Amino acid sequence: MLPFGNTFRAINLAFKSLLLHKLRSGLTMLGIVFGVFSVIAMLAIGEGASAQAQQQVLALGATNIIVLSVKPPADSAQAGGGGSRGRSFGLQYGLLRSDYRLLRGLPSIVGAVPIREIFSETRYLQKTPNARVVGCTSQYPDMNHLTIQQGRFIADADEDKLLNVCVLGAGIAAELFPFDDPLGKAVQIKSYRYEVIGITQERTASAAIGGSMSGQDYNKDIYIPLKTFQVRIGDRVATAQAGSFSAEQVELNQITIQVREQKDVLPTAEVIKESLTRTHGTKKDWDVIVPLELLRQADQIRQIFNIVLGSIAAISLVVGGIGIMNIMLATVTERTREIGIRRALGARRSDIVQQFLTETIVLAGAGGLIGVLMGLATPLAFEGIQWIVEHFVLDAATQNSPLSKMFTDMHPKINWFSLPVAFGISVGIGIIFGIYPARAAAYMDPIEALRHE
Amino acid sequence: MRLAAQLVDLEKHYHLGEHTVKALRGVSADFPEGDYVAIMGSSGSGKSTLLNILGALDRPTMGNYILAGYDVGTMSDDELSEIRNRRIGFIFQSYNLIAQNTVLENIQVPMLYRRDARRISAADEHRCLDLAAKVGLGDRLDHRPFQLSGGQQQRVAIARALVNDPEIILADEPTGNLDSATEKDIMNLLSALNDEGRTIIIVTHETSVARRAKRQIVMKDGLIERDGMLLTEDGK
Ligand SMILES: Nc1ncnc2c1ncn2[C@@H]1O[C@H](COP(=O)(O)OP(=O)(O)O)[C@@H](O)[C@H]1O
Ligand SMILES: [Mg+2]
Repeated sequence: MLPFGNTFRAINLAFKSLLLHKLRSGLTMLGIVFGVFSVIAMLAIGEGASAQAQQQVLALGATNIIVLSVKPPADSAQAGGGGSRGRSFGLQYGLLRSDYRLLRGLPSIVGAVPIREIFSETRYLQKTPNARVVGCTSQYPDMNHLTIQQGRFIADADEDKLLNVCVLGAGIAAELFPFDDPLGKAVQIKSYRYEVIGITQERTASAAIGGSMSGQDYNKDIYIPLKTFQVRIGDRVATAQAGSFSAEQVELNQITIQVREQKDVLPTAEVIKESLTRTHGTKKDWDVIVPLELLRQADQIRQIFNIVLGSIAAISLVVGGIGIMNIMLATVTERTREIGIRRALGARRSDIVQQFLTETIVLAGAGGLIGVLMGLATPLAFEGIQWIVEHFVLDAATQNSPLSKMFTDMHPKINWFSLPVAFGISVGIGIIFGIYPARAAAYMDPIEALRHE
Repeated sequence: MRLAAQLVDLEKHYHLGEHTVKALRGVSADFPEGDYVAIMGSSGSGKSTLLNILGALDRPTMGNYILAGYDVGTMSDDELSEIRNRRIGFIFQSYNLIAQNTVLENIQVPMLYRRDARRISAADEHRCLDLAAKVGLGDRLDHRPFQLSGGQQQRVAIARALVNDPEIILADEPTGNLDSATEKDIMNLLSALNDEGRTIIIVTHETSVARRAKRQIVMKDGLIERDGMLLTEDGK
């Protein structure tokens, strides 16, 4: 009861003194306000970026292992492997159907989806958009977290019967069929027509992570049964480029493998690498990507960012603290007479220390509180910045680049833990930078102080 | 008769570089309870220095100052604070009120620094109101110092000096800034306090003020030159 009444009175007294110089107190507080605000804002932005990266990696699947075909460098000896047999055969590289059968049999693997893809013009009536045509199996949506919005996905039966059916990504569906219901209509890809049996739900693109994965926009995909792809489109893709004709022969572009638990991911990835090294020999025309590994990297990058951003914010807090100390020293000088009076009337040194320290703490604490409130508005402020960037900085071409997408899709996430911490730090700053002026006041000679002015 | 304060061979030296100024050079005096003493003397004779030591704002360089049986010269800073708070009431020439506080708040300040009861109870509040009424400011409780005349401000200071019921009232030229009519009011107040039994020690230049005291001490060059009933109410 007693100390409470005391503290309350001390705080009340401090408020009174500070309100005596509203402008000065307000300006002094600003340093702490912006310091606390920037701590919260920077952590929120860091957290948002990391949440985004995590989401993207998780979209790739934390229990997934992605095995990719990689085009070997043109001048490497192995690269010519198939090419040397003549133009007609083209460059042969990448994962084989036999690789798929081999990997599918490995222990701890619960699923594997082979994928063959090409970029091709598609057609429905007058619309001829380019799309990524993906040959895959029925397990594909499960592994890639795709949901069907309308109709159904490819079934095993479609593959067995080599049916000419396709499932459209939401984006390409809208492009091909601006007015009609796509279901049941036929889309032309290369020389065949495929009946639309389903449309996938819109899904945000997974951007490039660590530079090892290209950004993937699932909305522009068209899925057809893998066996149909093999028969109708084939392994060999010819492109006419700058007058010369080149061809590539690829059996599979990617095998997405799913293991039972996260702890199986890394050992299984090792086994996969060993197996592929055995079958492909020195020909390095494949690569293994472990999203879980990317997740870890993303997390480390986030930590680095948080430390850097946090340090910058901390500097501004210290600057705010120095501002407070400066003003408090001036205040102490200005109120020398008052200090002398209080001492003459019986105030101990500790009473004077308490009085001035309370003032700095109230000043810093109030600044911290305002900073926290401003920090809460970070997402709103960031939206404003995004709006400005989208409207005045980015042009149409860069707007769709993965990097700017990453920025415009980012949402700062306020770390609730950072609010009390930032407030606590501001109070701590008040204490640290308040002690010196308060002690300077307390150790004045009362007689000198009374004579001041 | 009990002594409120006793000075024994008191010396106070100030060191200014290699120079030493001896502001007090061996002052001895007894102040019985209920005494009313005026300290006089020319400027620089050591009056203020003596009053500061009597008020426990300063410690003597040599000699002893015994206050209510304690040797003040050996006390710690915190103990001196407590002595000032409980046993001494100060009245200054320039009033020394706290500018941002109201009359009532100014009167309460010494209560905030009591060791044992820092909270202002209802009884304390009552006491402050009584004191304000006693010095004739019962209707000015919410005024700030700058809204009061010099005489009114000094009345607030007197009420403040009394709030913790001290044994000794120390006043350094309390009427130095006031006109003679106001001076008379203030001196009447002090006489009334002395009649209640409080010991009063007052530093002054004015014989009209010194005359109100029961006893006068004249200082010269850091020593007591004369001590006794040098002036009487009815002149001389
Ligand atoms: N803080 C101090 N430092 C140095 N000298 C001082 C100090 N205070 C007083 N003195 C000196 O001590 C002497 C007595 O001063 P004071 O007690 O103020 O005289 P009075 O009040 O009688 O005018 C003077 O010579 C003065 O210069
Ligand atoms: Mg003097």
